[in-house]
Amino acid sequence: MKSIFDYIAGIFKGVWSLLKGMTITGKYFIRLDKIVTQKYPENRKKLKMYDRFKGELIMPHDVNNFHKCNGCGICEMNCPNGSIEVISDKIITSEGKSKRIIGTHIYHLSMCTFCGLCVKSCPSNALAFSQEFEHAVFDRNKLTKVLNNPGSSLVKDLAE
Amino acid sequence: MGYQKYDLAPLTHSIDQYLYSHLSSTWAFLAEMTLIGVVFLIFYAVIGLYLVLAERKVCAFMQNRIGPNRVGWYGVLQTIADLFKLLLKELITIRKADKLLFNIAPFIVIIASFLGIAAIPFAMGLHAIDFNIGIFYIMAVSSVGVVGILIAGWSSNNKYSLIGAMRSGAQIVSYELSVGLSLLVIVIYSGTLQLSTLVESQADGWWIIKGHIPAILAFFVFVTAGTAETNRGPFDLAEAESELTAGFHTEYSGIKFAFFFLAEYMNMFLVASVAATVFLGGWMPLHIPGLEGFNNAMDFIPPIVWYFGKTAFVIFLMMWIKWTFPRLRIDQLLNLEWKYLLPINLVNIVVVALIVLMGWYIK
Ligand code: SF4
Ligand code: SF4
Repeated sequence: MKSIFDYIAGIFKGVWSLLKGMTITGKYFIRLDKIVTQKYPENRKKLKMYDRFKGELIMPHDVNNFHKCNGCGICEMNCPNGSIEVISDKIITSEGKSKRIIGTHIYHLSMCTFCGLCVKSCPSNALAFSQEFEHAVFDRNKLTKVLNNPGSSLVKDLAE
Repeated sequence: MGYQKYDLAPLTHSIDQYLYSHLSSTWAFLAEMTLIGVVFLIFYAVIGLYLVLAERKVCAFMQNRIGPNRVGWYGVLQTIADLFKLLLKELITIRKADKLLFNIAPFIVIIASFLGIAAIPFAMGLHAIDFNIGIFYIMAVSSVGVVGILIAGWSSNNKYSLIGAMRSGAQIVSYELSVGLSLLVIVIYSGTLQLSTLVESQADGWWIIKGHIPAILAFFVFVTAGTAETNRGPFDLAEAESELTAGFHTEYSGIKFAFFFLAEYMNMFLVASVAATVFLGGWMPLHIPGLEGFNNAMDFIPPIVWYFGKTAFVIFLMMWIKWTFPRLRIDQLLNLEWKYLLPINLVNIVVVALIVLMGWYIK
């Protein structure tokens, strides 16, 4: 007897839960103002990407062309795809000591998977992601970028 | 009755007479056949393509997206562009596939749905063939489609295709029972298998209203089983993209793939129009006995609008179901049929027989 009751109760419960699901999709169907997709090329002017969006790797420079990278090469070691090449340089400081600085910080956008390990692992917080996402170019070489601006130098060197 | 002012029979008869008076009877017969064939072909293509578009739009809105909106005004030409793309694609020949069966399968599937459409009454007097066993005929020809699916899976020489086809076979064979039994409910009520008489019998109210609880139950069982029959979600085990790539049509490309795709949508249309005709009165306007003014106002809307409106309603219901529910597992699918739908149906039939015997329905 109980099993028959369970059977019938199961049918009603099942139908009830199906109807609940259908009311949700039905509500979405009529709420056209809730649409989340945007028409991309048309909204290009007012398109605002989110802060956490990983567009491409950049090295922020301040107004006086200073960055924070000391050329340690940790980002290069941590990149799983080998998309970073750090070529460091040596300078002689005013006290006569030899000091390592960054020569060229090369970033291969074409090989990057945007995992973010480089940004996380950089001890001096020198790297960041920009919100730029229109990367299409006709020449593959254009995807290889030098992140440190020409003539830029480390912030700390200024203090000295 | 007011709706008779839209009778299209005089029009079709005058075309018939015109052909017979200008051609010998053999040629006139052939000309009529060709004419009907061409009309149905165009109808089939247009409806099929626009159902695909409707599905994409409905799905998009239910997921808070916009859907196709680039080709034409709000994307109305999207599926036509897709058709041209498919027509231009290469038809890949599969090595070690059974050539003959592989090429025949899409045609079997599409012909099965084509045959079914022929018996649907679209409006008063707009009816290609009016069999006295119309419902039986539609059920018989539409189940030929599964043979095409099985052949497609078998001849592809691909294990995923075969699994998909076998699942589809199990599914269609089981759900065919529910489809038949739920239609039988209305057949018992109306006492006819002929679709034109069935529609006429709903002049004083549709069967879903006149037949109250058993008819409503039968309607929902029919829509569920019909969705399963057409291999649509949540019963799309035969395709199951995630497990079987695309099931029985994995190996098909270009226009042969499009045939399967189109046939699926036309089967949906067929199921929806059978549901509309049998349960919701087909092209018959909504009549409530006793309310003369209301009935006359309803008669003002042409039957063809009623027919397409009701069919569109059932199609929307099926799309709503598809885009709401997750896919069933194969054992859940067979459980649903053999443990729930079939017993409910059988009890329903007995109840209906009793109701008709005692006259407990709105006559
Ligand atoms: S970006 Fe950071 S981790 Fe990479 S070399 Fe410069 S300081 Fe080191
Ligand atoms: S985001 Fe990941 S893949 Fe890209 S450069 Fe940084 S570590 Fe390498």
